[in-house]
Amino acid sequence: MNVLQAWLDQPGVTIVLVGTLVGVAASLLGTFLVLRRESMLSDAISHSVLLGIVVVYLLTGTLDTPLHVVGAALAGLATVWLTDVLVRSRRVKSDAAIGLVFPALFAVAVLLINLYARDVHLDTDAVLLGEIAFAWLDVVRVGALEVARSLVTMLVVTLVNLAFVVLLYKELKLATFDPQLAAALGLRPALLGYALLGLVSVSAVGAFDAVGAILFVAFVIVPPTAAYLLTDRLWRMLTLGCLIAVGSSLGGYAFARAYDVSIGGAMASATGVFLLLALLLGKHGVLARAWRRRSPTAPPFAELGAEGRP
Amino acid sequence: MELFALLGDFTVRTVAIGAALVGVVAGALGSFALLRQQSLLGDALSHAALPGVCLGFLLAGSRQLEPILAGALVSGALAALLVMVLTRATRVKTDAALGVSLSLFFAVGTVLLTYVQRHQGAAQAGLDAFLFGQAAALVPRDLTVIGIVAAVSLCIVLLGWKELKVTTFDADFARSLGRPVVAIEFVLTVLIAVAVVIGLQLVGVILMVALVIAPAAAARQWATRLEGMVLLAALFGALSGVTGALISASVRGLATGPLIVLVASALVLVSLLVAPERGLLWQLAHATTQRRSLRAHRVLVDLYRLGQAHDDPSYPSEQGMLDAYFGGRTGHVLRRLQRRGLVERVEHMPEEGAHWVLTEGGREQARELLVPFGTREHDGGGLA
Repeated sequence: MNVLQAWLDQPGVTIVLVGTLVGVAASLLGTFLVLRRESMLSDAISHSVLLGIVVVYLLTGTLDTPLHVVGAALAGLATVWLTDVLVRSRRVKSDAAIGLVFPALFAVAVLLINLYARDVHLDTDAVLLGEIAFAWLDVVRVGALEVARSLVTMLVVTLVNLAFVVLLYKELKLATFDPQLAAALGLRPALLGYALLGLVSVSAVGAFDAVGAILFVAFVIVPPTAAYLLTDRLWRMLTLGCLIAVGSSLGGYAFARAYDVSIGGAMASATGVFLLLALLLGKHGVLARAWRRRSPTAPPFAELGAEGRP
Repeated sequence: MELFALLGDFTVRTVAIGAALVGVVAGALGSFALLRQQSLLGDALSHAALPGVCLGFLLAGSRQLEPILAGALVSGALAALLVMVLTRATRVKTDAALGVSLSLFFAVGTVLLTYVQRHQGAAQAGLDAFLFGQAAALVPRDLTVIGIVAAVSLCIVLLGWKELKVTTFDADFARSLGRPVVAIEFVLTVLIAVAVVIGLQLVGVILMVALVIAPAAAARQWATRLEGMVLLAALFGALSGVTGALISASVRGLATGPLIVLVASALVLVSLLVAPERGLLWQLAHATTQRRSLRAHRVLVDLYRLGQAHDDPSYPSEQGMLDAYFGGRTGHVLRRLQRRGLVERVEHMPEEGAHWVLTEGGREQARELLVPFGTREHDGGGLA
């Protein structure tokens, strides 16, 4: 026990662990968002959860309540729902709908902070950029151990996300690749989609302290996209995404310590290194593609297509 | 009076003029982004400006607008290039490509921002202003820079109007005409990046996307031609900018950027509801009128056919029977018809409730209604 406590008492360990958990929690969900072509919704959600947090703060007068999770989840789902309503009115396209809804909600949140919450620690900079460097300062007691609060939060969030993905793996897979069939089998793909986006909102709140809203988006989108360039199998994409997230947390922390820059920003930037590698060297990367084009043994379906066409 | 007092204030006037300029450019160029379904490119471009802002600052060593704008433009262009490589050369879809480029550039931006803050000492003053915008930091010199950039980009739009238009609506057709479509798309992307970049100081990287999309989306509801849409979007953009700046100046402590964005969003909401033809309220009104006239027609025809069945054009029909044929209450429909002089209420067997007859005008209209179905004078009492 003492060994574990001593290990956890090192700030670096806590920081890397929190970063890793944020990365894993985010890329588990992100894999499905990327495949469902809903990645930009995570960007929208991560902005508008601020409104949920602010409203809960104004109602309860404190920042220390689990209600934040509820408020944030509701704000996230409201974003998705409003976007849906706009698209269904057929007056704007889906991309514009996303871009109309979240800035409006975010602007309301910023103005509410301006008006009512000027003096509290509800700094817009902190929400956007996070400050993982101080994660180890705020500790709670779990059993015999003193653990950083954000570490506990992110552990719970990650376990919930993991349970969601593992328990509903089949359903999520079907709803992602063939929503019509999923609906025909009575799986309610729309409900599953809302559950997924609700979890994204909750994870975004959990990640606020650590890496901030927009850097959370990097963890949601970039590792799964890099994994998407590397493999064709869903479970491999999930695993690779998580591994990339872990690697980015470690690499980013080392970089940030070396150059004394934002740790969250460095971790998120590090995912870009993996993306670039995947983009160049991956199975579906640019080099592999160029090589396939030049190679004398053309893929079999290309010949079939040529013969099949009269 | 208060408004004139506000406009008399030097700082307020500077901010208002700046906001108007930014609104005009963002509105006009946002129209193209919206029509090309590239609204979220604006989001990616504005987030991606952050590393450019920091690099421009680092290279110039001071907080002058030109190097910062140039840096933002370059990093925006690089972000757009990343999106293009990911979508054209790999199987990554547009949404993921935009998200990747947005979040990675922003991440690098925060790294650079903290680097500037921690290593450049006091000189970092005001770079955070670019996150949320800080209108008060706008000085007349910035206004000149913004003005020149705005004028140049609007001139490019005017000069290349035909090319931009055809590429926006039908890129394949433009290609078949031999237009350099890739080059035109590149110019458009750069112009959108310019629109985003000149607004950063006022609105900030996070919210600038709204000023690109919202005025254009509002204008789209009113206009049916590109010319009208671009002009209206520019007007809406300027209106949002000036209104937001003035509200921010009159209420202490409210940030300018979010106010501008909220005014623009309100314009979108109003346009969605009341714009002629496309407006949702208009459509609702139209649907209600249609439903009403359909009901009136059905009741008229029922009355007419009942008259035919009884060989008596002025046969007094009992309201209860009309309800039964109609499949619901007809009282309000009949009273509306009565006001138009098409039916009359008659006292016929008062103990059995209200009875109604067609007037001459009502019979005429019912006959006209039946014309498309063939005029069968006596068809054995078949009812509509």
